[in-house]
Amino acid sequence: MDFTYTILIPLIPLAVFLLLGFNYGKIKPAISGWIGSLGLFASFILSYYTAYKYFFEVGKVDGVYQTFVHKWRWMSFTDTLHIDMGVMIDQISVMMLIVVSTISFMVHLYSRGYMKGDTGYTKFFSFLSLFTFSMMGLVLAANLFQIYIFWELVGVSSFLLIGYYYTKPSAVSAAKKAFIVTRFADLGFLIGILIIGYYGGTFDFVELTNPEGNVIANWASTSFMGLSVITWGLMLIFMGGAGKSAMFPLHIWLPDAMEGPTPVSALIHAATMVVAGVFLVARLFPMYFFVEDGYALNLVAWVGAFSSLFAAIIALTQNDIKRVLAYSTMSQIGYMMLALGVSGYDGHDGLGYMASMFHLFTHAMFKGLLFLAAGAIIHAVHSNYLKDMGGLRKFMPITHITFLIAALSISGFPGFAGFFSKDEILVAAFEHNKLIYFIGVFVAGLTAFYMFRLYFGIFWGKDTKYEHAPHEAPKSMTIPLMFLAFMSIASGYIHFSEYVTADKQSFEAHLNYPLAAIAVGVGLVGIILAFVFYKKPTNLPDKVSNTFGSLYKWTYNKFYIDELYLFVTKDIIFKRISAPFAWFDRHIVDGTMNLIGNSTVATSKGIKGLQSGKVQDYAFAFIAGVVILAMIFIYNWII
Amino acid sequence: MIQGISIYEILTLSTIIFFIGVYGFLTRKNLITMLLSIELILNASAINFVVINKYLFPENLQGVYFSIFIIAVAAAESALAVAIIINLYKLITSVEVEDTEIMKY
Repeated sequence: MDFTYTILIPLIPLAVFLLLGFNYGKIKPAISGWIGSLGLFASFILSYYTAYKYFFEVGKVDGVYQTFVHKWRWMSFTDTLHIDMGVMIDQISVMMLIVVSTISFMVHLYSRGYMKGDTGYTKFFSFLSLFTFSMMGLVLAANLFQIYIFWELVGVSSFLLIGYYYTKPSAVSAAKKAFIVTRFADLGFLIGILIIGYYGGTFDFVELTNPEGNVIANWASTSFMGLSVITWGLMLIFMGGAGKSAMFPLHIWLPDAMEGPTPVSALIHAATMVVAGVFLVARLFPMYFFVEDGYALNLVAWVGAFSSLFAAIIALTQNDIKRVLAYSTMSQIGYMMLALGVSGYDGHDGLGYMASMFHLFTHAMFKGLLFLAAGAIIHAVHSNYLKDMGGLRKFMPITHITFLIAALSISGFPGFAGFFSKDEILVAAFEHNKLIYFIGVFVAGLTAFYMFRLYFGIFWGKDTKYEHAPHEAPKSMTIPLMFLAFMSIASGYIHFSEYVTADKQSFEAHLNYPLAAIAVGVGLVGIILAFVFYKKPTNLPDKVSNTFGSLYKWTYNKFYIDELYLFVTKDIIFKRISAPFAWFDRHIVDGTMNLIGNSTVATSKGIKGLQSGKVQDYAFAFIAGVVILAMIFIYNWII
Repeated sequence: MIQGISIYEILTLSTIIFFIGVYGFLTRKNLITMLLSIELILNASAINFVVINKYLFPENLQGVYFSIFIIAVAAAESALAVAIIINLYKLITSVEVEDTEIMKY
């Protein structure tokens, strides 16, 4: 089967980006919305066609899913050292194509309503297309170098879209923060790539991840500080993934990134770009698993578990609904990471890997939905804050129902998509590491609580008096909501263990009823607690927060991580290290140069006075010289 | 060889003319008079050529020819200088040497 045509999937959005970008200002907003959406629709159809072909027709040969690679030599340095560009079609890239094209298409449709009347409408759509191009390129990348290029491209488009409201100082600084933090993480990624490339001798994913291949077989050949260099490389690559996926301690940019328009948050900062880190670890999973008995993979598991707990705790106390969702995203991505971290490789052992991808898929649907619904709410009440909301169920029935579906799904309520994927994750964690399992269950409870805190706070709670009565969003916005609500339920019934597995062979995964019952029970406790606290306006939440006192304050201030970063960068790096260097540069280095320059100028100024421009002065000097010379000659030779 | 006049007296005359020229060149402010002063200097040197030829090497004529050359060169030079002065006058409506300082830049 020839999958070469899949290169069109990223190239169509690129063409749309160029078309809209170069004709910015010439195209009418309504038309540019249609162009963007139609371009995406083409990619969407191609992605689904590819998925159908791959999973149901040609992908499986003798029970093993094949990998199709088409590559073109891009930069060739020597016969052995060259960098290719290509497309790689395998289980996870096809799955990601579905995720990205679905969410992106929905967001395009939604944005046509949400951004209506905005002055930068065309610009917005061209940036969305740029992002979609980069993300598609990222998931189709066939080697580490190519994935790095697209990795940076999604970073740029994320930067552009976060800073979309560029007249708002907070949006500008959020965009810079996101870019700088992820760039810092990408430094680790780049070093990791170079290490792997140098010691492994190849960038190609197929060669790198082949369990019998050279790289995995020879991981122990070189070591550095007690660990294999390959392990170091993998840990550095994970650093890049952690930066993009907002894992602790590189998560600080994600909540601020909510300054961007809400469809952008749904597309980039909930469903697609932030899971790129998970995708990256999954892409290199055999390396993580086999090299040094999963040393680097353990790191992934613990970072994921800690981040999910950490973010869930912070999400409890935030008042900006988009920030709660942002922390929730971080927490769920932590879930995916921990699932990857506890995964094995063969058959049923690879449950964690499958569960992680499964959760990635369902999470994209329900978290995209949550953000789009939040966008509809913000659109209606013109505020991000919980205190300005309440009782909205009467005004926005469709948003209400879809939000409820998404909240139930993320809380792991039986029958919804999140329930199935979360259950698989918890089973995998239970089989591997009990402590991580308990963290997971606890986080599930917290998740249910803060989601329903939002739900009750927005749609029930106090009857807020609105200046303008909020109204239901237009059709262009509610149709994507309804589609994603459908997906938030239906995607749970896909048998992922048949399609996406670590060792590329299907296995049977069943619900583990006792563990599922525990998770559901904990989730229900969270929901009931939220119901008691927030269904009617009471003073219970205040009482509880007073009881916890300083802990509440720490949580509310996000554990002062931002302040810690500011302290380290500003007080230590800038003041103690950079400032003396800057002083040295400004005074010593620049001073020397200025001294040379200034003395030259001063000398010429002095000499310049001699050149009066008066012809008689010159003549006088000339004659005086002649007279003096004459006197000397007379004195020496004649007298 | 002129009766009753020795070489010293003529050389003294040419020296006086020469220094009058130098003095005039250095002190006059008008470009035309400065040009006249230059002519004096040239004349002084022309006299020297003729006198030295006549008194020391009476059988030769080179000195006389040289002075003719000098006169020709002086004529050409003053024509050129006057042309320059006329153009300068068109430019700055002045023939004062102080006003030509802009040439410095």
